[in-house]
Amino acid sequence: MKKKWALLSIIFLIATFLTGCEPLTVLDPKGPQAETTRDVIMISIWTMLFIVVVVFALLIYVLIKYRASNQSEDYEPPHIHGSKLIEGICVGVPIIIVIFLSVITVKSTYEVESTPKGFEDEEPLIIYVSSSEWKWHFSYPEENIETVNYLYIPTNRPIEFKLFSHGSIASFWVPQLAGQKYAMANMINTLHVAATVPGDYVGRNANFNGEGFAHQTFNVTAMEEDEFQEWVEEVHATADPITIDRFEELLEPGHLGQLTFTGTHLDFLPPPSTHHGASHGEDSEEHNEDHSSHDSHDDSGH
Amino acid sequence: MEFFERFAVPNPTFTIYASMVAIALTMLAVVIGITYFRKWGYLWSEWLTTVDHKRIGIMYLISAILMLFRGGVDALMMRAQTAVPENTLLHAQEYNEVFTTHGVVMILFMAMAFIMALMNFVTPLQIGARDVAFPRLNALSFWLYFMGAMLFNISFVVGGSADAGWTSYFPLAGNEHSPHVGTNYYMLSIQIAGLGTLITGINFMVTILRMRAPGMTLMKMPMFTWTALITNMIIVFAFPVLTVALAMGTMDRLFGTHFFAINNGGMDMLWANFFWIWGHPEVYILVLPAFGIYSEIIPTFAGRNLYGYKSMVVSIVSISALSFVVWVHHFFTMGQGALVNSIFAISTMAIAIPTGVKIFNWLLTLWKGKIRFTTPMLYSIGFIPIFTIGGVTGVMLGMASADYQYHNTMFLVAHFHLVIIPGVVFALIAGMFYWWPKMFGFLLNERLGKASFWFIAIGVCVAFFPMFISGLDGQARRMYTYSEATGFGIWNMISFVGALMLAVGFVLIVYNIYYSTRYASRDISADPWDARSLEWATHSPVPEYNFAITPEVNSSEAFWDAKKKGHKLFKGEYKEIHMPSSSGVPFIMCCFFFLWGFALVFSMWITAIIATLGIFACMAHRSFEVDHGYHIPVDEIKRTEEKLGGAKK
Ligand code: HEM
Ligand SMILES: [Cu+2]
Ligand SMILES: [Cu+2]
Repeated sequence: MKKKWALLSIIFLIATFLTGCEPLTVLDPKGPQAETTRDVIMISIWTMLFIVVVVFALLIYVLIKYRASNQSEDYEPPHIHGSKLIEGICVGVPIIIVIFLSVITVKSTYEVESTPKGFEDEEPLIIYVSSSEWKWHFSYPEENIETVNYLYIPTNRPIEFKLFSHGSIASFWVPQLAGQKYAMANMINTLHVAATVPGDYVGRNANFNGEGFAHQTFNVTAMEEDEFQEWVEEVHATADPITIDRFEELLEPGHLGQLTFTGTHLDFLPPPSTHHGASHGEDSEEHNEDHSSHDSHDDSGH
Repeated sequence: MEFFERFAVPNPTFTIYASMVAIALTMLAVVIGITYFRKWGYLWSEWLTTVDHKRIGIMYLISAILMLFRGGVDALMMRAQTAVPENTLLHAQEYNEVFTTHGVVMILFMAMAFIMALMNFVTPLQIGARDVAFPRLNALSFWLYFMGAMLFNISFVVGGSADAGWTSYFPLAGNEHSPHVGTNYYMLSIQIAGLGTLITGINFMVTILRMRAPGMTLMKMPMFTWTALITNMIIVFAFPVLTVALAMGTMDRLFGTHFFAINNGGMDMLWANFFWIWGHPEVYILVLPAFGIYSEIIPTFAGRNLYGYKSMVVSIVSISALSFVVWVHHFFTMGQGALVNSIFAISTMAIAIPTGVKIFNWLLTLWKGKIRFTTPMLYSIGFIPIFTIGGVTGVMLGMASADYQYHNTMFLVAHFHLVIIPGVVFALIAGMFYWWPKMFGFLLNERLGKASFWFIAIGVCVAFFPMFISGLDGQARRMYTYSEATGFGIWNMISFVGALMLAVGFVLIVYNIYYSTRYASRDISADPWDARSLEWATHSPVPEYNFAITPEVNSSEAFWDAKKKGHKLFKGEYKEIHMPSSSGVPFIMCCFFFLWGFALVFSMWITAIIATLGIFACMAHRSFEVDHGYHIPVDEIKRTEEKLGGAKK
């Protein structure tokens, strides 16, 4: 029985840790999307903890009460077929729990797939994010600049990342801002994000894509809008323009530090033409285009 | 020279050279040993050519234990590498090969083989049959599996192992990003072993549906047989998808087609879909028989009938149906949008309902019982809490929005190990301890067995609980290293300690086999556990014809009722028994399959053609062969039965 107690205490340890002082990255959100996922995670942890405690309690009870050494020599366990009532409870309670979690899931999934709450009316900043072996390219078409392996974003403004890849599948993940999404060749995925707190956040590729995978990380800096504009101007004043030749060099497999360019590689190497993953709901008008091209996705085999 | 160069591994290191030497020495020792003891003839006539389901089961068991150690060493290497930040024990390429082969070996060559071992040995006995429906196909299945496994295992020292993950997603697994032959090995060896599994699926479905003893209606089948039936149905539906996917992948790699490429109209998403349409049901192929094993062991050692037999049947059938409609939860992040993700999230969580029913039924089976804590029972009880934790975290992963944060992280690794180890590995060990006396005629040592349980049960928790935390802290899976600043170090170190405990537990099991083989008493009854189902009604070890007289059954616990209520299981007189004859053809045919796979891995076309002809020659041979098996005369049955402790009637 020692083990059961060990298990229980470990679970409580984890639970206290999760709710405790030093929050884990995923549970320490800096924007509405990551806040939504944090809330969903916490609700599910408490619900699951309830189930685990019930099962553990029942198990410990029957093991102690009905162990052979606790019973007389001639005790003959009865033959029991089952009871409608007990089986009804065993099915009914899980059904209620699953319905409860389903409602939360559907609601929150639509939420993280659309423009962040509170920023619905604002014009989003669109950033094209593309991965290559083993780095990240960030293109800002509006600002007409491009960076490698780091990202500056303004706070309190919705951002739409348009994700794709120049090679194998990568997964764009900044846990403190939002859950991850795949960057794939031949299609564009959209990830909606907003940062409400200025600061530096770790981002990485979460999907294994070969030898250099472990080091395919990048840094995200969220800053006030005017600081962001200052940075853009500074880049225009100081950085070199990106050219086809330079970009093709960058695409060679390997690691690079942080780089900054004016112009974007989208001008000479357009992104894939099919879109995916814009929320399929009716929430965002500007996605209508995406949807129509998405329909053609199936026959074009993206 | 050029000819040999292609077999060289792309990144030779000390470990690889050491393994080469170790493999060569082991092979040499085996060959010398067999020759010295003059066992070649015995090996050929009693094992390599056997079609007896019990011996095939035992060969699966031995292979599975070997593969457990191969996969286990991989696991230890991974945990050792990540135990401290910035470790340099393995470099990236080695780590990638190690986690890829770990996953493939554990799922396809260890867990599958272990399931096949118990299914082969137990199901025909539980339904009172003489053998499976197609004994020779059964031998073919085993040898296909075995050759597939061997082909996969030599990749480490000949040509280089697969390194694109056990999921082998394209375009990473395509020629451009994985130029060396590792992924060819992956495609071809899984293809060969998978064919064997598919054949088994058909074979056992027919066996269970057609060869049950008189009186055993479907609703009187023991629960393990039920799970075996459903599992084989899933195999028959799911494996063809894998076969097609692997064939297309092989063509992409060897013949330059573009099914999964990202240019010329290929679709990388197609691979992910195919892989998981097979892959998700695959985990139920593993776990349902495990549920069946627990449903045999828990009633036996609780001294009570299984609670809610009917709801158990309903729940396995509904789990098997649901397992085909959830595959998209493996790529919620691929951009299919909120609607599709919501649908698959709900179907995923729905599986928790029938699974929950099973957990409660086992708990209620213990209720009012008389619980004996034997080794198989300890594993079955230990399964419940650990699997519950693994299961509820699975529900958490099923919530699509939250999965965007868990996907591809250590949280996922923790979840699936906490379902698969108690759900599958515990069941297999429990089943092995439980049916061991039936297989070999002696019991495994209980003290060593219990010690192994505690090491393994505690080891699993210590090894995998920390991963929930490091996963939520942002540690992605499949990272060969990480920096000090991430703070993952402490969790990975704890996890390494747990892995070491697990290793001790597994070594104890093997030591137990050695120890008990030497010292255990052979003087045990045919029913040492006071069990309930039909396989315990014959002798231990089981004579080649299983039952001298076909039993007649009138409940799902036929043997228990025979013991307690005095039902007569065996009625009538001894009659001649018809048995299938042994054959070397399945073995030879699979040697050609091995050659075929090896030749294709290295694009050696002429050898491949010769091997193909060899395979067809074996098939042709079979179609012209006249073989009606043979009969065991009544005298001989009488003599055998008397020798085994008196005729049972
Ligand atoms: C014996 C103790 C075990 C340990 C310590 C262990 C450890 C690990 C670790 C650390 C990984 C993650 C590799 C990475 O993402 O970097 C992993 C992956 C995996 N393990 Fe295990 N494992 C064990 C047993 C098992 C068993 C019994 C099975 C299956 C029956 C299994 C199946 C898998 C699979 C399928 C993967 C995914 C491989 C991939 O990402 O391609 N493991 N294991
Ligand atoms: Cu697509
Ligand atoms: Cu799945």
